[in-house]
Amino acid sequence: MSHNSYDVQQIRRDFPILEQTVHGFPLVYLDNAASNHKPLAVMDAMRHVMLHDYANVHRGVHTLSQRASEQFEQARHKVRNFIHAAHDHEIIFVRGATEGINLVAQTFGRSNISPGDRILISAMEHHANIVPWQMLRDQTGAELSIIPMAEDGSLLLDQLDALLDDRVKLVAVTHMSNALGTLNPVADIIRKAHARGIPVLLDGAQSTPHMAVDVQALDCDFFVFSGHKLYGPTGIGVLYGKTVHLENMPPWQGGGDMIRHVTFEKTTYSGLPWKFEAGTPAIIEAIGLGAAIDYLETLGMEAIARHEHELLHYATEKMLAIPGLRMVGTAEGKGGILSFTLEGIHPHDIGTILDHYGVAVRAGHHCAMPVMDFYGIPATARASLGLYNTHQDIDRLVDSIQQLIKVFH
Amino acid sequence: MLESLRDLYQEVVFDHNRNPRNFRVMEEATRKIEGYNPLCGDRITLFVRLNDAGIIEDVSFQGQGCAISTASASLMTEMVKGMTEAQAEELFANFHRVTTGQTDDAELNGLGKLAVLAGVRAYPARVKCATLPWHSLQAALKSDAENISTE
Repeated sequence: MSHNSYDVQQIRRDFPILEQTVHGFPLVYLDNAASNHKPLAVMDAMRHVMLHDYANVHRGVHTLSQRASEQFEQARHKVRNFIHAAHDHEIIFVRGATEGINLVAQTFGRSNISPGDRILISAMEHHANIVPWQMLRDQTGAELSIIPMAEDGSLLLDQLDALLDDRVKLVAVTHMSNALGTLNPVADIIRKAHARGIPVLLDGAQSTPHMAVDVQALDCDFFVFSGHKLYGPTGIGVLYGKTVHLENMPPWQGGGDMIRHVTFEKTTYSGLPWKFEAGTPAIIEAIGLGAAIDYLETLGMEAIARHEHELLHYATEKMLAIPGLRMVGTAEGKGGILSFTLEGIHPHDIGTILDHYGVAVRAGHHCAMPVMDFYGIPATARASLGLYNTHQDIDRLVDSIQQLIKVFH
Repeated sequence: MLESLRDLYQEVVFDHNRNPRNFRVMEEATRKIEGYNPLCGDRITLFVRLNDAGIIEDVSFQGQGCAISTASASLMTEMVKGMTEAQAEELFANFHRVTTGQTDDAELNGLGKLAVLAGVRAYPARVKCATLPWHSLQAALKSDAENISTE
């Protein structure tokens, strides 16, 4: 799809929730990094399966169960194509990126990490890519080490070689920072780690909505993302893992669907991917996620990325012209996240007042407290872009920030 | 300013935010406590000097917070100075009922200057901003604990 054919006004009609007023102003939704809205196609797909085809998957011989199973597995196939995985069975459905990371920590981690080993993460991780590793550290006697970052919010990669010593057994880094917008040079990190035989997990919760992802080209060992940040439903997410890892990992949760044979003495487990999908999965949500992927592919991830980059550039320039505004996260490679502070105005006041102008932004630590500590601030206000945002949205944001500065000074 | 914002951001709030009262370190404090709101990462350090009769002789604070928490802390220090522990407790109890919407307007009268913060009850996400300094004071009066969280 060419640049010119990206018709954002047409696209906005697919998101009826955007057509409303908040405190008397047309809604400007700029909290997409927390969660974004669902196109009608996603709602229709979820409604359709419940109206016509729903039943539990995998175990039934009856028609509805077979239809639901087909659509559920079709959703898995869509995810595989979307991130360019080699096999459907490398796609594990989980609740979200958080659960995906916990699964890897508790299976791969518990069987591969010993006392004195290291897990290497970065200074800009979301709590979801910190806490599961701290839990694993405490369970195994391992250590956590951190790739530091520079003031602009880019990783200090020149320190990576020294950090990647023999004790490191796993690298887990974010593909794109939720608090700063930094796009990390993950291909470099993976190459360096693999040169020492160290596997790499990528947290793709923020990157997947904004860019095309190719897990084989990246050569990452694990990749996680959430459906609700990808214009899909809550309660569904994906763990991608290379077959060789997934086969060697023990199951995580035990229950139905993940077994081959059970007696009271012994259980043998299902093959991939079901070994990691105990219990009835989020069937309707998986099908909704598949519909979200269809929708994104119709627009084209490249076209979405171009649109958002142009908006990011436009917004950055306009916002930096506001006196007293400090942009937090100014790395060269950035996705559509504008984290900022205003001199003398606390981010929570910014959030409340912008809301009164109909502008939805997030204010807080963005589940990245170590990032806030790095900058010596308690919080930031964060505007995050989605595929349906417009130049007018940015104008409204900037105008509202100028209004609120007047109120405060 | 937008009419709809005036309930929360009254001129008195802006005044106390710009020029917080008793915003200083107190060397001779008998109690010092760190208050923390994990929702927003705000921290407040509260200093209290109690005399032998249990009267709050002096109270001051430091820290960085939003306009609501700063104004609330500033107003609190003005109001509780000279009060007994029991009087300060009672004022907080009233304030808490008002800010969490558990009371009618009659009780606003008993709040004095604090009534300017009553608008926070329409903003559930912001109530903790207003009550953080008070939870900290309560903890300082009740115990020797070093840290207090609103959670």
